Amino acid sequence: MSKVLIVAEHLNGKLNSSTARCVTCAKAFHAESIDILVLADAPDAIAAEAAAIAGVGKVLTVANTANAHALAAVYAPQVVAAAAGYSHVLAPSTTFGKDLAPRVAALLGVAQVSDIAEVLGAHSFKRPIYAGNAIITVEAPATATLIGTVRTASFAAAEAGGSAAVEALSISAELPTHTRFVELQQGKSDRPDLQSAGRVVSGGRGVGSAENFSVIYKLADKLGAAVGASRAAVDAGYVPSDMQVGQTGKIISPELYLAIGISGAIQHLTGIKDAGTIVAINKDGEAPIFEIADIGLVGDLFTLVPQLEAALG
Amino acid sequence: MKILVGYKRVVDYNVRIQVKPDGSGVVTEGVKLSANPFDEIALEEALRLREKGIATDVVVATIGPADCQAHLRNGLAMGANRAIHVVTSEAIQPLTAARTLLKLIEKEQPDLVILGKQAIDDDCNQTGQMLAALWNRPQATFASKVEISGSTAKVTREVDAGLETIEIDLPAVITTDLRLNEPRFTKLPDIMKAKSKPLESIPLESLGVESGDSLKTTAYAAPPKRSKGVMVKDVAELVALLKTKGLV
Repeated sequence: MSKVLIVAEHLNGKLNSSTARCVTCAKAFHAESIDILVLADAPDAIAAEAAAIAGVGKVLTVANTANAHALAAVYAPQVVAAAAGYSHVLAPSTTFGKDLAPRVAALLGVAQVSDIAEVLGAHSFKRPIYAGNAIITVEAPATATLIGTVRTASFAAAEAGGSAAVEALSISAELPTHTRFVELQQGKSDRPDLQSAGRVVSGGRGVGSAENFSVIYKLADKLGAAVGASRAAVDAGYVPSDMQVGQTGKIISPELYLAIGISGAIQHLTGIKDAGTIVAINKDGEAPIFEIADIGLVGDLFTLVPQLEAALG
Repeated sequence: MKILVGYKRVVDYNVRIQVKPDGSGVVTEGVKLSANPFDEIALEEALRLREKGIATDVVVATIGPADCQAHLRNGLAMGANRAIHVVTSEAIQPLTAARTLLKLIEKEQPDLVILGKQAIDDDCNQTGQMLAALWNRPQATFASKVEISGSTAKVTREVDAGLETIEIDLPAVITTDLRLNEPRFTKLPDIMKAKSKPLESIPLESLGVESGDSLKTTAYAAPPKRSKGVMVKDVAELVALLKTKGLV
């Protein structure tokens, strides 16, 4: 039977919804127990959020000022120490988990299954390769600890309603000082978080400039949606890189995705293929985005988007 | 300063990947092979550090079959001083790759190792982090800016929340993200020059690397397709449809 430890992702004292998505992944292989590890300088509030996820057995906390920022080199030895007795260690396949999990796997001398997209069994998974152009079935040995990152767009967040016990863990692992946090430049936004939003409006190269992106923001605000962008729009400097949706940016699964002025390069499509309904607005009727869009509308975005915003009244 | 660059050969990013009808793999026969784009960015960064006078020696290394020599010559033509080819006919997994690169670190004693954040074939995104762990040194993954000063580096990383800057002591492992730089084009005279640059071949077996290849891929499949939807003629029709679906 599987005993799963999930490493919590959090920022500014709040748990990231990716953690609850990992819980759903663990439930899919009928884990005997699912525990969550919170490494932080002040873990209590985060642990309380984690304890409220339905299906969680217990929440383990390690309070240490060295854990104020998620540095993989600092977190990894602690995860290794906490992982004793567990059959699986899971982390989300976000930049947090991608940075941390392989470091843990290497310290344990075991392989890692990246981007778990579907569970076939406790040691059998499907995952995408070649930017999602092929899906492989991977079998991992049941004799070793399984380290996995969970493709968050493939699993819904486990619901609240749990009341797991919270236990403080004391870990004596020696922590390196060779890696130091300097700063995090965060895009300031009152809009919903791109990775967990139910609705996302994204703009592409067709938007034409940073100023023109206001058209996208206005529509997003009318819908209460998060704002994303294609790689082309980010590379052109219209918006910061943390808004990039796609293979090398964020992989998302909103209920409603509006792609505006986005042609639909394969690497962008990889990031949105789990979306519920994809709406595309583009002036080029031959754009590849229309091959996968559920609803397509051909025309000038600068005419259509304000019309759409008005029609949503 | 000496920089070791990981330089993997993969199916070219422009090739349309096709799964074999029997599900035994993807079609790689007769398709164009190129350097992993993230590894080209890694090499470019190393060359720029050399041009700034920070690095003196840039070594490109690959792990792959005998015909990877031509691939390494491309890295030499781009500007690397030397190349190391760890020869194996087997496809290896990230833990084995990291253990192999650690052997090269022990041999070469680099001050910095730069790798792509992931290879665009298996998309694992593991080798750099594993190497840093085995080497017991810092890692700075997903780098979009690298500044070296003395024995430390300040690296800006593209993370989900924005841009994170960390400071790391050298030696260390850095993995590259897309926006770190734009790799140069190779010029013809450099291709000629590359032919006489040193290229060392080392059989993988001779390095005494413990295999970490414990994952088995049992099936390959094409991804499920999203079916083509409907086209609407105007905004009113779009809104009506969204309302029917309960989405607005």
